[in-house]
Amino acid sequence: MEIMNVLLPLALLLGGFFIFAFIWSARKGQYDDLETPRFRMLLDDKKILKSNPIEKKEEK
Amino acid sequence: MSSPNGSVPASNRRLETFTYDDQIVKWFVIATVIWGAVALLLGVTVAFQLADWRVNLGLPWTTFGRLRPLHTNAAIFAFCGNAIFAGIYYSHQRLLKARLFNDVLSRVHFWGWQFIIILAAITLPLGMTTGKEYAELEWPIDILITLIWVVFAVNFFGTIVRRRERHIYVAIWFYIATIITVAVLHIVNSVELPVTLTKSYSLYSGVQDALVQWWYGHNAVAFFLTTPFLGLMYYFVPKAANRPVYSYRLSIIHFWSLVFIYIWAGPHHLLYTTLPEWAQTLGMVFSVALWMPSWGGMINGLMTLRGVWDKVRTEPGLRFMATSLTFYGMSTFEGPLLSIKSVNSIAHFTDWIPGHVHSGTIGWNYMLIAGILFYLVPKLWNTELYSKRLANIQFWLATIGLLFYVISMLVAGITQSLMWRAMDDAGRLIYPNFIETVIKIVPMYWVRAIGGTLVLISFILMIINLYRTAKKGKSGPEAVYEAYALDDYSLEAGAAAHRKLEGWPMIFAVLSLIAILVGSAIEIVPSLMSDNYITKISAIKPYSPLELYGRDVYIREGCYLCHSQTVRAIPHEVIRYGKASEAAEFVYDHPFQWGSKRTGPDLARVGKKYPHMWHYKHFYDPREVTAGSIMPNYKWLFDKKIDYSTLPKKMAVMKQLGVPYTDEEVVTSVVNAKAQAVEIAGELAQSGVPQKIVEMEVVALISYMQRLGVDYTSMPEEEAPIAEAEVK
Repeated sequence: MEIMNVLLPLALLLGGFFIFAFIWSARKGQYDDLETPRFRMLLDDKKILKSNPIEKKEEK
Repeated sequence: MSSPNGSVPASNRRLETFTYDDQIVKWFVIATVIWGAVALLLGVTVAFQLADWRVNLGLPWTTFGRLRPLHTNAAIFAFCGNAIFAGIYYSHQRLLKARLFNDVLSRVHFWGWQFIIILAAITLPLGMTTGKEYAELEWPIDILITLIWVVFAVNFFGTIVRRRERHIYVAIWFYIATIITVAVLHIVNSVELPVTLTKSYSLYSGVQDALVQWWYGHNAVAFFLTTPFLGLMYYFVPKAANRPVYSYRLSIIHFWSLVFIYIWAGPHHLLYTTLPEWAQTLGMVFSVALWMPSWGGMINGLMTLRGVWDKVRTEPGLRFMATSLTFYGMSTFEGPLLSIKSVNSIAHFTDWIPGHVHSGTIGWNYMLIAGILFYLVPKLWNTELYSKRLANIQFWLATIGLLFYVISMLVAGITQSLMWRAMDDAGRLIYPNFIETVIKIVPMYWVRAIGGTLVLISFILMIINLYRTAKKGKSGPEAVYEAYALDDYSLEAGAAAHRKLEGWPMIFAVLSLIAILVGSAIEIVPSLMSDNYITKISAIKPYSPLELYGRDVYIREGCYLCHSQTVRAIPHEVIRYGKASEAAEFVYDHPFQWGSKRTGPDLARVGKKYPHMWHYKHFYDPREVTAGSIMPNYKWLFDKKIDYSTLPKKMAVMKQLGVPYTDEEVVTSVVNAKAQAVEIAGELAQSGVPQKIVEMEVVALISYMQRLGVDYTSMPEEEAPIAEAEVK
């Protein structure tokens, strides 16, 4: 069952990646506010123009 | 850092204008409904083929063994895949207040994915398959999938980098888990050595291949059919209901617990096999533990609808979402239950499993997709839904059709399993003939096929409804939105450039993770060549060249989709089929062929059980030897000549994979194979079979059938490990 030598580290690597991602996000303050995100996502974006007068994309 | 938009005061941040790429979302929506209809049509076709074998039409490319992989691949990767991309691309932009990273990448992603689907639709009916469930596509397509997935990942993470919203909403975490894990699963399970452009052999063999395959197989369900859909649920259910998520805290907790637990659950597909017992127990324990985070999501979704239950009655989109969450709750309750060893010993290999799977894929995935589309299409085409009445008819057809499906398969599965294990006082099987247990459940196959047809009709009604909706709507030019940038632009002129640069590490991190995985996959090749864990049995020899060819025919025709090749150490199985399987028996099996369903009997011990002539007749028309059989005819194997040209290459690749063929055996493979074919044809000739059969593929397949289990059952007793102990 040499494959265990691959699958176990791989599972741990993935787990490690997610732990890292969790710690990173917690440190960045992602979970400081667990109340307003659920309300803010309900708000629709502020539309300033019905259509884009300049055909060029505005992405910076 | 408590301010949702970060620590930079709003006065110092620049107000930016931007647009969304909704064109790409529309494309993916259209692809979703087209492939959804194809997947369901294929599903209904194979369902009728099981109810009546004549629906196989006698053609190679319309026979169950080739259409069934097409159905599963179309349902998972074409239908659900396109729906995931549509939903993610729509919600991702809005949750982050940013246009997708790159329009060209989006389009490469779209067309690349459709191209992959078309390649699958061509190659699978032609019998080009790796023989591993849900990963049947051959190696060039596997590479293409990896490339397109990377395009998707870059586009996705690039958008996160350019976001104008500091907080990464929980749905996006579900998407991230999907992208990373699917990449890893796909790469690891698809490591194979090519023979030709359309044929390869799995790097792993036997029990190891089984473990990798079901680690992949289960996580495909987890990270293709569950996590992305939970992410979509967390965006579209609150949006459609205009209610905040019941508990944001719960969503965070259940996300992290889900991603940590899911990856370990795969071995529950291999209970009672030769997989090491501790791995089986590990899989079972984690599967049971999965119940908690799964229900966390289900409860959170349903509770979001509190206060708007009246709208669930009147709004078709919400009604589909509520029902999908209910089915998610039911199937994630059933899943852990089925993972418990004692329950699994009854349910495994029976129709209960397809029943369980479809309560997930139709109940959860299709219903949620329908709910999302009823929200998305009116939004994208700036109009109202064409007909609520039509949507309600669709809802009831789909729900009733699904209940027909699930209940009939539950009844069929338990009925057949109880018949398999029924023994009298003397310890003899009450139903020794497998066919008796098949005939008993054929009526249930009809009920299932009718249920599936209702689901297909419901889907067609949805297409009509959505088409009419889009037609009366209009899609004008892109609207322009404004939001504050994340960064403090007042600091210096170069800040914007810096911000762009800053994003690259994240993309590099993802790309390097994938690179590391590819690298380590290549590195581990040598260590996989030898296998110390499994005690080798000297009596187990590699397949002869003709048998190897026959095995490839077996894989090509999808025999593994209805026949298992592993006898579990359970008394009634040992009595019915013979000695319980040993890990050592499968060491030369690249890929393994244990299967997951016994529509027909297990074949691990079929070798030498019947004369060649029996198999000859059976492949031509199974009903000649087994009255009532539902197996298709394989008449083309009697006209199709054996292609000896690739045989030395096949042997050489197997040798490379560690199968102990000598160089001489590789060189003389064609001569050997022809000699064995003459031998079999000679025996058939005694029963009056014309001599020209010696050239045909059926002879190779017979040679493979006659070899199965023979090495193990015919070896001297002292070498045999004590497998019979289980019977007492």
